Amino acid sequence: MDALEIARWQFGITTVYHFMMVPLTIGLGLVVAVIQTLWYRTGKPEYLRMTKFWGKLFLINFIMGVATGIVQEFQFGMAWSEYSRFVGDVFGAPLAMEALLAFFVESTFLGLWIFGWKQLKPGLHLACLWIAVIGSVFSAYFIIVANSWMQHPVGIQMIHGRPVMTDAWAVFTNNTALVAVPHTLFGALAVAGAFLLGIAWYHLWRRRHDGIDTVGADGRVIPGEAAAIPGRDRNDHTVWIRSLRIGAVVAMISFAGTAVTGDLQGKLMFEQQPMKMAAAEAACHDGTGFSVLSVGNLGSKNCNDIVAVIEVPGILSFLAKGDFSTEVKGVNSLLDEYKAKYGTTLPDNPIYGDRAGQPIQYVPVMEVTYWGFRMMIGFGGIAALAALVALWATRKGTVPASRGLMRLAVFGILAPFGANAAGWIFTEMGRQPFVVAPNPDPSGIDQVFMFTAAAVSPGVSAGEIMTSLVVLTAIYAVLLVVEVKLLVKYIRGGVASSMPELMHAPADKSDDGTPPGGAPGKPEGDDVLAFAY
Amino acid sequence: MELLPTIWFIAIAVLWTGYLFLEGFDLGVGMLMKVFARDNTERRVLINTIGPVWDGNEVWLLTAGGATFAAFPLWYASLFSALYLPLLLVLVALIFRAVAFEYRGKVDNPKWRARWDWAIAAGSFVAAFGVGAALALTTTGLPLNANGDRQGGPFAWFSGYAVLGGLAVVGFSLLHGLGFLALKTDGEVRHRARAWFVRLLPVLLLPIAGWAVSLQLLSGKAWTMAAVVAAVVAAVLAWNFARKGAEGRAFISLGAFLLLGSASIFGAAFPVVLPSTLNPAFNLTVSNASSSDYTLGLMSIVACIGLPLVLAYQAWTYWVFRRRVSAAHIPQAHSFLPAIAAKALVQKD
Repeated sequence: MDALEIARWQFGITTVYHFMMVPLTIGLGLVVAVIQTLWYRTGKPEYLRMTKFWGKLFLINFIMGVATGIVQEFQFGMAWSEYSRFVGDVFGAPLAMEALLAFFVESTFLGLWIFGWKQLKPGLHLACLWIAVIGSVFSAYFIIVANSWMQHPVGIQMIHGRPVMTDAWAVFTNNTALVAVPHTLFGALAVAGAFLLGIAWYHLWRRRHDGIDTVGADGRVIPGEAAAIPGRDRNDHTVWIRSLRIGAVVAMISFAGTAVTGDLQGKLMFEQQPMKMAAAEAACHDGTGFSVLSVGNLGSKNCNDIVAVIEVPGILSFLAKGDFSTEVKGVNSLLDEYKAKYGTTLPDNPIYGDRAGQPIQYVPVMEVTYWGFRMMIGFGGIAALAALVALWATRKGTVPASRGLMRLAVFGILAPFGANAAGWIFTEMGRQPFVVAPNPDPSGIDQVFMFTAAAVSPGVSAGEIMTSLVVLTAIYAVLLVVEVKLLVKYIRGGVASSMPELMHAPADKSDDGTPPGGAPGKPEGDDVLAFAY
Repeated sequence: MELLPTIWFIAIAVLWTGYLFLEGFDLGVGMLMKVFARDNTERRVLINTIGPVWDGNEVWLLTAGGATFAAFPLWYASLFSALYLPLLLVLVALIFRAVAFEYRGKVDNPKWRARWDWAIAAGSFVAAFGVGAALALTTTGLPLNANGDRQGGPFAWFSGYAVLGGLAVVGFSLLHGLGFLALKTDGEVRHRARAWFVRLLPVLLLPIAGWAVSLQLLSGKAWTMAAVVAAVVAAVLAWNFARKGAEGRAFISLGAFLLLGSASIFGAAFPVVLPSTLNPAFNLTVSNASSSDYTLGLMSIVACIGLPLVLAYQAWTYWVFRRRVSAAHIPQAHSFLPAIAAKALVQKD
């Protein structure tokens, strides 16, 4: 492998990894903020418990997103210096704004939230969490603006061979970004929904298994208490059943949201990057049919070996254009268009290294685009369906006693993670061979594009990038194990793992903390740091 | 001289200075976890002085990096790619350090804590050293060709200045961390930190003074040399205040030292942002490495709104957590078992 391929693997691995932490941070942050708001408004102790428990898991995950996010910002300059030089005038601005306007807000106010339980009045403390969570949403917006410019460059002019920003409004309201932002946010909420659902299911099952909760003749739950286990009181049952229902509802709403925004995104993408969508369908010839199953050598890149086994006529046209009859261009006819517009071989420029003069592969890796697209939708749909079933199964106040179902619910947490990863891999690999895809809008700036082959740092050796790939992958693997173990430990501990006050006090009271709207509590005292380090 | 690129050079100097001032003390406190703190309670005192703020402080680094990308893409691209391996080390250090702060107290086990303590101490040291080396090299130069790419292999960046700059930021951060602990803790830790501050100040500031002075010899201007002299005065003041027990004034004086020292360094480097040691014609300068005026204008508006806001709410954070931390405030470690009936019964016996 040469420097380019290693750098691409590194970007892919580090980004997919980073984007396991990020959606959980955004989604769970929003959910915890809503729950703490419920506590603030109602003063019900179960909402405080939920805030503390889900808040603790949120923090264990948040820090991993922070730690792996720094790599992303440095990586552009380190491994992709030619890319950075080419796009810096446009692409650097949203990254700098993300740090200045969003990430500062997020990290500072989260610090206030973690350490401010006693120092701040309840309303102000809650406001800090909301500000931090809104900061994370803005963070997502700025990053997606930057990414969308790579998918669909706008607001620029070419000056001395480089795109120069001439219309910031166009860059920051890029239609690609405006549909990708809600799509990503709903994707993040889907992760949070399944997370709540799976973990709450485990605890409800545990309570039944341990004989704490029983089921009456009418099938309704009779919540009980276990004095020997800190935090396992009647209120604990409310914590989990409410968490489960919130999780299920969030999962279903967010799937609907991803479907609607994804449809809009798809229609845009058929115009902006037709080859990506044709490759997502493994559609070689022009047509209207949507492939349910295609077999053959998807990786062949020449489209001759692919056979659509099951195809539904009209659906592809609907996805692309909103009707059932417009012909959608397939890979073969697009290939000729791309070759005519952007050349058949990479230019004889030293920037391409050994690749100069080689033929350009305009068709992305179809195994990845075809299956990535279907995995994204499949995993998302499975999670939403499971949420619907879960709501029905728990209508009488608890989960079935089956251990297998519990395991299914817990492993179901992974489905939306898979959908998020598949979606990003699809859209990023589907853009190849371009790192900045050409914008085919009639009004667009057609000759602004960059081949990925030209983007890598010319001065950095393959050995250096291999070193960082190995080092970062190894560290990420170790830290993933540590994070998951820590999450499992805190999950199994139940609410008491996040509320030391439940360990020593009688289980039936004293867990409602500072009453909402009441005194902020003394700034002194042993418990000041209890939530912190 | 173009106005906007000059303003953005100053803005980036301000961001780096802000970073060194704020994360300086939390990097210092991180390193002191191993050499200064004597037991677990003292370590927890140390961590809790910076607990609410270290993450916000680290964003100054991301903002300095992001602003360099936006305002001087060629500087960002050349510096980051030329320093590939050292920046990889910085990233590894920052990853471990960040995770360590959050995870250290999450399992009540001495071995677990000891590992994360090492991560914090070594991570802080490596991050401080790496950032210092990178900053020193951007003022003294790297072997760059006409395109701005490093020549001569993965270690061609290495020079005495890299070591000097690394030691400069490590030394300053250690001293600043001691000053911060004297200001933010009470009891035994506070007194020891102050005593160390007074005793170690001359040694710890020596490398940063060496960097500032050698840069004056390379490309100094009258006002930057005056700034060096003023910085020395500030250091003497800091020493004297600390000796008398005026911790707040000592902290502010050391801040003034950083401000003046950083002004002398960035001022001496201006208008070159990254010299090429191969050929001065390849130097990256404020004019040839910057973004368009349109982008710089946009970023100026954003910075004028964003930066005062950041300063205001970060200052408020320090106000909220202004109370000194001492061993008496540290609660017992939180230990818990799985909420499983069988395990709870075992524990009862």
